Amino acid sequence: MAVQTARRAEKLPGGRVNLAGRGSALGDRAFQGIAFAFAASILVLIVTIFVVLFVDARVALAQEGLRFITGQVWNPNESIFGALPYIYGTIFTSLIGLLIATPIAVGASLYIVEYAPNWLRAPISFIVELLAVIPSVIYGFWGLAVLAPFLRDRVERPLKAALGDVPVLNALVEGPARGRDMFVAGVILSIMILPTIMSVAREVISTVPGTQREGMLALGATKWEMIKGAVLPYARGGIVGAAILGLGRAIGETMAVTMLIGNSSTKISWSLLTPGYTMASAIANQFADANSAVHFSAIIGVAVVLLFVTGAVNLVARLIVSRFGGDTRATGI
Amino acid sequence: MSTSERRGRETATIETAQTGIADGRGMAPASASPAEMAQAAQEKAQVREVIEQKAGGGVSLVAEGVNAWYGSTHAIKDVSMTFRANEVTALIGPSGCGKSTFLRCLNRMHEVLAGARVEGKILIDGQDIYGKGVDSVRVRRHIGMVFQKPNPFPMMSIYDNVIAGLKLNGIRKRKSEMDETVEHSLRGAALWNEVKDKLKESGASLSGGQQQRLCIARTIAVEPEVVLMDEPCSALDPISTYKIEELIGELKQKYTIAIVTHNMQQASRVADWTSFMLAGDAGYGQLVEYGRTEQIFTQPQDKRTEDYITGRFG
Repeated sequence: MAVQTARRAEKLPGGRVNLAGRGSALGDRAFQGIAFAFAASILVLIVTIFVVLFVDARVALAQEGLRFITGQVWNPNESIFGALPYIYGTIFTSLIGLLIATPIAVGASLYIVEYAPNWLRAPISFIVELLAVIPSVIYGFWGLAVLAPFLRDRVERPLKAALGDVPVLNALVEGPARGRDMFVAGVILSIMILPTIMSVAREVISTVPGTQREGMLALGATKWEMIKGAVLPYARGGIVGAAILGLGRAIGETMAVTMLIGNSSTKISWSLLTPGYTMASAIANQFADANSAVHFSAIIGVAVVLLFVTGAVNLVARLIVSRFGGDTRATGI
Repeated sequence: MSTSERRGRETATIETAQTGIADGRGMAPASASPAEMAQAAQEKAQVREVIEQKAGGGVSLVAEGVNAWYGSTHAIKDVSMTFRANEVTALIGPSGCGKSTFLRCLNRMHEVLAGARVEGKILIDGQDIYGKGVDSVRVRRHIGMVFQKPNPFPMMSIYDNVIAGLKLNGIRKRKSEMDETVEHSLRGAALWNEVKDKLKESGASLSGGQQQRLCIARTIAVEPEVVLMDEPCSALDPISTYKIEELIGELKQKYTIAIVTHNMQQASRVADWTSFMLAGDAGYGQLVEYGRTEQIFTQPQDKRTEDYITGRFG
């Protein structure tokens, strides 16, 4: 605008400043219209996805009703579709991933922000962010070739030997250790969501004001006491948000999980060794084989549930992060 | 000497000190209601009571040839001066003269910043805080600090803010002792009456002036010998400033106090000793003059000090 005014500010005869003119209103309006069309197309796209999913899922949802998400039997041959085992598998693997990834992400973020020498910060952050650009199918292959055998021999079997006879805890290791199960899927998820959690956690931790750190140090705190007493409490909300953002990513992850989770049991079990399904892996596995309209519709129904869960989790995470992100936090002054 | 005699003598000292401060001030809140005045009087008595329990608790701090750097920038050069026990020493000077940097050297806070470095000696009770085998964490327990911007811990209650320092380094106290320390420290910071009914509320819920007094309470709760204050009133309104200045006058009975201030009236009101620092053309800050506050403000020996206090620059 300033440029325009300057360009048109020629003097009229008699020395008066000339402000008259329509500017480039036409071009402006045209661009505004185009930009609006692009923005609107995204909205249309999302609405279309929802509508198509709902329409396609209608047959199965109408047939099953609420049983679609509470039923434990999924048998296409008898046309029974209860998706609870898939929902359960999604939650179980995601939580395993979250439990492993969050402490690592927070610890690594603390190292980068509080301890690492300046020259080391950017390289570590870069490498962690590199984890986010590796395609899912590569994680899957690496998981099959390296991670699954390793976990089976070094973690699952020793764990089974250790907990097998312990009451209550033995439920965690029921069944044979095959290296294609909830646990392996959870571990691969933890690696995949690490960059998501870490980039937010690092941001949140680095926005803790220096005055908070110094206030704690001046009381005679060691560095660890400063982190525990001033940094982590201040960053707590944002870290929770970061973890939930990671959870959102874990819930929707498909390829690597499908390759590692086993996809053979719809039993709802506490066992880490269950070769189960997640919603995403169930869709990926059955999509091509659906030979009845109801089965196809039921798979789309699972997609609808998945969409809602990831949407809700992401929304909650974003609300938390924006609320506790650091800069919006009032310190009361 | 009997207890009553000693108490009598100390009270006399305190009152003398107070009169001196009150005289130099002339900025008491103009319109105080009788109730407010009564409360103020009660508060003052409480502060005094707390102070009297450990009068003369401060020790002197001696800086010898202190140099400080930020990376390759030489920030202060060869500063030597003494902070006398149980007296208030003000550091004044224009922005960038290194007075805050020097203050941060006094409890090893300067080195917290990346690339920051200190040379020279700072002796507390005859021991060099930069000496071999000295733990900076221990140093800071004896030399506390109040910052420019009030920085209570927002996720902690008022109560927890006060005992934050006591929870460190494995100090374990019983609940009753903690309660006592909280009340004692808040009374000592003239904040008890305002917050005693809401100790569980967040420290961030207080006003700026109350937050700063909370930070003072937090600092004295760990019973340091020296309290450093880095422009403690610069973010506060005049009434809050008045309260803190009055508090400084009381606290010096128990602690040695060093205060950095931009406000020369404040230095003349609260300080027994004043030092004037200035960054010359070379860029680093140096000590120009150090002396009794009256002398610095009435008969400065150095032309530069005179120029500064008469407002000719800075």
